[in-house]
Amino acid sequence: MTFEEIQNRAIAEWKNLCGETRILVGAATCGRSAGALSVLDAINEELTKHNIDAVVTQVGCIGLCYTEPIICIVKPQQPHIFYASVTPEIVPEIIEDYLLKGDPRPDLALGSVGNKNVKGIPNLFDLPMLKPQVRIVLRNCGFIDPTNINHYIANSGYSGLVKALKMSPEKVIEEVKESGLRGRGGAGFPTGMKWGFCRKAPGNEKYLVCNADEGDPGAFMDRSVLEGDPHGVLEGILIGAYAIGATKGYIYCRAEYPLALERLYTALSQMREYGILGNNILGTDFSFDIEIKEGAGAFVCGEETALIASIEGRRGIPRSRPPFPANSGIWGKPTNINNVETLANVSMILQRGATWFAGFGTENCRGTKTFSLAGKIKRTGLIEVPFGIPLRQVIYDIGGGITGDKRLKAVQTGGPSGGFIPPEFLETPVDYESLTKLGSIMGSGGMIVADEDNCIVDMARFFLTFTQSESCGKCVPCRVGTRQMLDILERICRGEGEEEDINKLQHLAETVRDSALCALGGTAPNPVLTSLRYFPNEYEAHIKEKRCPAKVCTELVYYYILPDKCEGCMLCLRNCPVEAIKGGKRMVHIIDQEKCIKCGTCLDFCPPRFNAVVKISGEHPVGLEEPIPVKK
Amino acid sequence: MSGKLAEILNIHKWEKGTLIFILQKVQRELGYISEEAISEIAKRARISISEVFGVASFYSQFHFTPRGKHTVKVCLGTSCHVQGGPRILEAVERELGIKAGETTKDYKFNLETVACFGCCALSPVIVVDKTVYSRMTTKRVKEILRLYQ
Repeated sequence: MTFEEIQNRAIAEWKNLCGETRILVGAATCGRSAGALSVLDAINEELTKHNIDAVVTQVGCIGLCYTEPIICIVKPQQPHIFYASVTPEIVPEIIEDYLLKGDPRPDLALGSVGNKNVKGIPNLFDLPMLKPQVRIVLRNCGFIDPTNINHYIANSGYSGLVKALKMSPEKVIEEVKESGLRGRGGAGFPTGMKWGFCRKAPGNEKYLVCNADEGDPGAFMDRSVLEGDPHGVLEGILIGAYAIGATKGYIYCRAEYPLALERLYTALSQMREYGILGNNILGTDFSFDIEIKEGAGAFVCGEETALIASIEGRRGIPRSRPPFPANSGIWGKPTNINNVETLANVSMILQRGATWFAGFGTENCRGTKTFSLAGKIKRTGLIEVPFGIPLRQVIYDIGGGITGDKRLKAVQTGGPSGGFIPPEFLETPVDYESLTKLGSIMGSGGMIVADEDNCIVDMARFFLTFTQSESCGKCVPCRVGTRQMLDILERICRGEGEEEDINKLQHLAETVRDSALCALGGTAPNPVLTSLRYFPNEYEAHIKEKRCPAKVCTELVYYYILPDKCEGCMLCLRNCPVEAIKGGKRMVHIIDQEKCIKCGTCLDFCPPRFNAVVKISGEHPVGLEEPIPVKK
Repeated sequence: MSGKLAEILNIHKWEKGTLIFILQKVQRELGYISEEAISEIAKRARISISEVFGVASFYSQFHFTPRGKHTVKVCLGTSCHVQGGPRILEAVERELGIKAGETTKDYKFNLETVACFGCCALSPVIVVDKTVYSRMTTKRVKEILRLYQ
C-alpha cells in the first residue's frame, strides 16, 4: 500500500467515526487512578440499558488532572462537550439528558471544543487554565484513540515522515536546525546540531535512542505523551533515524510506566503492519527497526552514557566524555539520543515546517515546553506553554494559585537536579537561560509548588536522599559528597545542626557541582545551593532556634491539644496508634510526649469544628498533667 | 534446576545486551532472582556470577528474596513528598507491621517505596499490585489494605 492509500483509508475511517456518537474517556494512568475505568463501565452499562449506539474510546490525558476523570461526548456534527470530575453515579444523568433528551447539561459540563457554541458552556480552550497554553506536543492527547494508528494518520500523522523521506537527510537536519528546536530532556542542546554530529560520524551502523526513562520524581510529561499519542513520538524517531542514517532504534522506557509500554508495543506492531517500520519503509530505501528496552529502575540511566551501558546489558554507570555518543555510543557505534518530547516536536516541525514552529516561544528558545504542574497548586496537571511565559502566569492563571489560598513559598523546577525559585522571581520568563540564572534549571519539566507548610530544608534533604541513593558510586565527588551533604541536612532537620554547617554545606555543594563526573552529580547540589541562597532564614531557624518554621521536621515538632478547645470526644484517643493520649469522655485530652511518635493521626482525626490539636515547634509543650473535665 | 527456570532460560537466545531482559523475565515468572538463577544465567552467558549479581543488584527492580502475594508501593516522589507521602508510608508500615523493603511473615505483602509513579497531579499515591490509589490520606490506608487481606 502506498502512503496515500493508507491515508485515504484512515481518513475514511475517521470520517465514518465522526458520523457517529462518540464518548471519549480520559483513561491515562492519572485518569485511571481517579476512577476512569469505573466511569467507563458505568457508561457501557448505561448505553446497553437504553440501547444507544455510541462508540466508546479510551483516550489519553488532556492535562486537567485535577478534575479527572474527564469524559467527552461528541454527537455527529456537534462540538465536543467535556465533563469533568465524573463519577459512575452521575453518568446515567449525563447520558440520558444529553443523548436521549438533547440537553447537554451546561451545569455539569466543563467546556466545549468545536466550531459551534453551545449555550451556557464555555469554549474549553478559553478557560483560564487552557487559554495561555499552546498544544503542539499534546495536540492529539485526549482527542484520538492512542491504540489506533488510523486516528493518528487521519489527523495528518506520518505526513511529516513522508515529507522527510522526499528530502535529503542533510535537508531534514537543516529544517530542524532552522526550527530552533532544543533538546527537551533538560540540557537544551540544539537538536539539529546534535543530529548533524551523528550524521557526519563515520560508520554504517548507527543507532537512535528515544530516552523515555523519565526518572525525575515529580515529572510525568513523557508518560502522558506516550500514553496519549505514541505515534507522535514514533514519527519523530523515524524522521531522526532517516536524518542521521540510523539502522536501528531503541526506546528506553522505565518499567514504572506499564501503560505507556503497552501503548508503544501496540503502536509498533501497527506500524509494521502498514510498512511504516522495518525494511524499505513506505517503499523507499530507508530501513529501520525499533526495539523497546524496559528500564530496571535506576535514575542515573537517564544520563546518556549510563543509558547506553544499560542498553548493552551492563550496570548503568556513566563514563567521561569525549568520546561523545555521536561518535561512540551503543557497542561503540555512533548513537544519537533524544528525549520523548523532543521527538514529538520533530514530527510537527516536519509536518508544519520550521518557520511555523519558530513562530512560538522566544528568540533563543523556540516552540513550547510541557510541564507537570503539581504540589500545592489548585489545578494540577500537564500543561504545554510557549517559552517565555512568566512563571506567575503558569502558577496563578493556569494553575489557579495555591491550594487553600496559602502563601507561595517556592516553585521547584528541574526535579532533583533543579532548584527552588522564591516568589520574588515570579515574573521570570520560563526559558532555559532565565531559570539557570536563578540557580535552577528547566530540566525535563517537573514543576512542583511548595507553600508555607513545606519546609525548604526538609525538601532539600528529600532531594539529596534521592540523589544520594541513586548515585552510581563511580566518582568520588558524587558518591562521597552527596552522602556528606545529606548527613549535614539530616542533622539540621533533627535539630542537631551547628552554625558551621551552613558554610560546610555551601563549600561541599560547590565542590560536588564543579567536580562530579556526570550531570547527575553535577546538578545534585542545586537544591542545596538554591535553598541556601534564597532561604537562609529557614536554615538558621533550624540551627539556632531548633525550630522548623513550617512545622514539618518531626524531631522539631510537638503535637499539643489545646485545653480550651478540646471537647473530649475521644476520636484522637481511640485512633492514636501508640496509645499516647490520656483522657476520657468530656475530659480534656493530653498527649504523653514521651510516648508520642508524631504521626499526626490525632490532628487528622480531630474534628475541624474543634481544631483542638495543633503542631508547635521551637518550644516545649507545657500544660496539663492530668485530664480535667471539659469546661462548658 | 527448577523446571520453570530451565524453561525460561531455554527459550531465550543469548545475545549481547540481553542480560537485563533475561533477569526481568526470570523475576516476572518466578517472583525473584534466586541464587540458583544467578549462577545458571552466569553459566549460560559465560560470564562470572559476580557480574550477573553486579548488574542485578545495581537496579532497584530486582529482588533476591521470595516476594509476598501483594506488593504495596508507596510513592515518595517530590509531589507526594510535599503532600505528605512520608506520613502515608509510616501509616502503611504501622498497618502491616513491616518497614519499607520488607515482606510480611505470612508472605502476604511486600512494602516498597518508589521514587515516582508520574501520578504527581493526584498525589499522594500508593499502588497495590497494579491499582493506583490517589489522593491518599492516612485514614484511608487501613480500608484499602483490608481489601487485600
